[in-house]
Amino acid sequence: MRLRFAETLARLAYEDPRIYIVVADISPAGPMVEFRDRFPERFINVGVAEQAMIGVCAGLALRGMRPFAYTIATFALYRPFEFIRDDLAYQNLPVTVVGIGGGVIYSTLGGTHHAQEDVAIASAIPNMGVVAPCDPDEAEAVTNYLVARESGGPVYMRIGKAGEPNITSGIRSPFEFGKIRTFYRGTGDIAILSYGLMMHEAVKVADALSASGRSVTLVSTPTLKPLDTEGLAEILASHRNVVVLEEHAPQGGLASQVKQLAWDTNACCDLRTFTLKDEFIHCYGTHADLLRAHGLGVREIVGQL
Amino acid sequence: MGIEKVIAAPAFDASEAQQRCAEFRLRILEMSQRVTALHMAPAFSCMEITDAIYSGLMHDDQQNKSSDTFIMSKGHGYLAQLVILESRGVIPISEINRYCTPEGILGAHPDLGTPGIAAATGSLGHGLGMSLGIAIAERNMAESREMLPGTVYVVLSDGELQEGSTWESIILASSLGVRNLVAVVDNNDYQSLGKTSETHPSLYPLAEKFESFGWEAATVDGHDSSAIVESISSRVGDRPFMLVAKTIKGKGVSFMENVPVWHYRSPSVEECAVAVAEITGR
Repeated sequence: MRLRFAETLARLAYEDPRIYIVVADISPAGPMVEFRDRFPERFINVGVAEQAMIGVCAGLALRGMRPFAYTIATFALYRPFEFIRDDLAYQNLPVTVVGIGGGVIYSTLGGTHHAQEDVAIASAIPNMGVVAPCDPDEAEAVTNYLVARESGGPVYMRIGKAGEPNITSGIRSPFEFGKIRTFYRGTGDIAILSYGLMMHEAVKVADALSASGRSVTLVSTPTLKPLDTEGLAEILASHRNVVVLEEHAPQGGLASQVKQLAWDTNACCDLRTFTLKDEFIHCYGTHADLLRAHGLGVREIVGQL
Repeated sequence: MGIEKVIAAPAFDASEAQQRCAEFRLRILEMSQRVTALHMAPAFSCMEITDAIYSGLMHDDQQNKSSDTFIMSKGHGYLAQLVILESRGVIPISEINRYCTPEGILGAHPDLGTPGIAAATGSLGHGLGMSLGIAIAERNMAESREMLPGTVYVVLSDGELQEGSTWESIILASSLGVRNLVAVVDNNDYQSLGKTSETHPSLYPLAEKFESFGWEAATVDGHDSSAIVESISSRVGDRPFMLVAKTIKGKGVSFMENVPVWHYRSPSVEECAVAVAEITGR
């Protein structure tokens, strides 16, 4: 996903002189290296200085540029939080803050590298959009949108690391900012909602439920803000069971927002949510190990449905 | 190469500047009688700096050079900028009269969308980073249009030099070789809890610090308008430039000078009369 994002952005940046890539001492992924060598004036490495990264992006955007700030999610969003809020969101500037490895993907690096509350934090800021593509194709579509849009303020983009397979290739509903995507539709028994890398686990949960005879609807919400409340309300209204799977803290992400929406819309479905725990877990291993430690293993989830 | 010097600065008359700054201070005093809280002493501190930049340094020459930019990074110096923008017809008198009221558009800090304001500030440590981004964009745009880049002038407070983000931008500006960036530190030596030089003595003297981080730097009397203009316009210009302007917080009104409460207090009718008399010399 990271590589496809880099490929797409570098390709667009060749054509569009408004695009700047501003990184904080993170090795530029694949095709960004070639862009850096050809357009050094539009590739800025600020060093380990994330506040300056956001401030410089704001200044560039104030002169009509389309900067992308790019580093590991915790350092992209948490360290310069007030700069994102004041410089980008308060001034409503079209800067994309790209956080690599949102959630607990950096599974051996410990809590300092886990962005497990990023969606809540970014979503709380007025004017801020939040997107989390689930595979390389969706990352490309999101990047195309963020460059092509003619209006709108800052967007936080949570992406994975590298090597995720495509899972959206065959689906009919295209990526549209602010809209849910339906992978496939069942007959109203159970709907699974997820986004980002967790969508891959959602596919497996859905497959397991289908194999046991359930009629499953599988939906992704690549845009977390603005949330597609209309689309989600329709899912809540048309299914007996709705399940949210989320690699994010229980507060302020998709799960809590869907619960709120269910109340607001008088939904009468059975609603279950599976999220990261509200804890720092001192567990090291693979990404899958970390998800299991948080109670997000596929087998554990399916066993409860 | 001193690229900014290719276009001569407009003539600058020191006595006219002194007269303007007195009128600006009187205008702020007049405003103080209508609102309960405003940053008067911080504005008086950077009055000559801000006036010198607007009147002696910033100039438009759309043929050969893109526009200059002014950013008040010390957002609490905003009144100094507001009365200057009013005098230039950028902000209407009617808006100054509605300052900090729901009927008007002006608050106590610069806000994007207000005429003449290039960036929103108010939280310290933000202005230099944004100024650097603007300077980079101006440089690259000017290069592609074969013009000279507009210069970005940014006024910092000395308290703001305690923000780590300010130093992130200081090292970055020199590493990127940005020449069209001029920062002025309003070095009045005061912050909320006392003297800046007593809070962090090792940060002083200032100019040497900036030079050691790759900036060209100079120190002047920050109430000497001609010295400010002269120092900035005679810079070598091959790197970012920092002017340390030695100032007095509350400058011009004896009972406000170096007295912390005037950071945001408004004078009573009697105090205002004394202040007006001191400024007008009557």
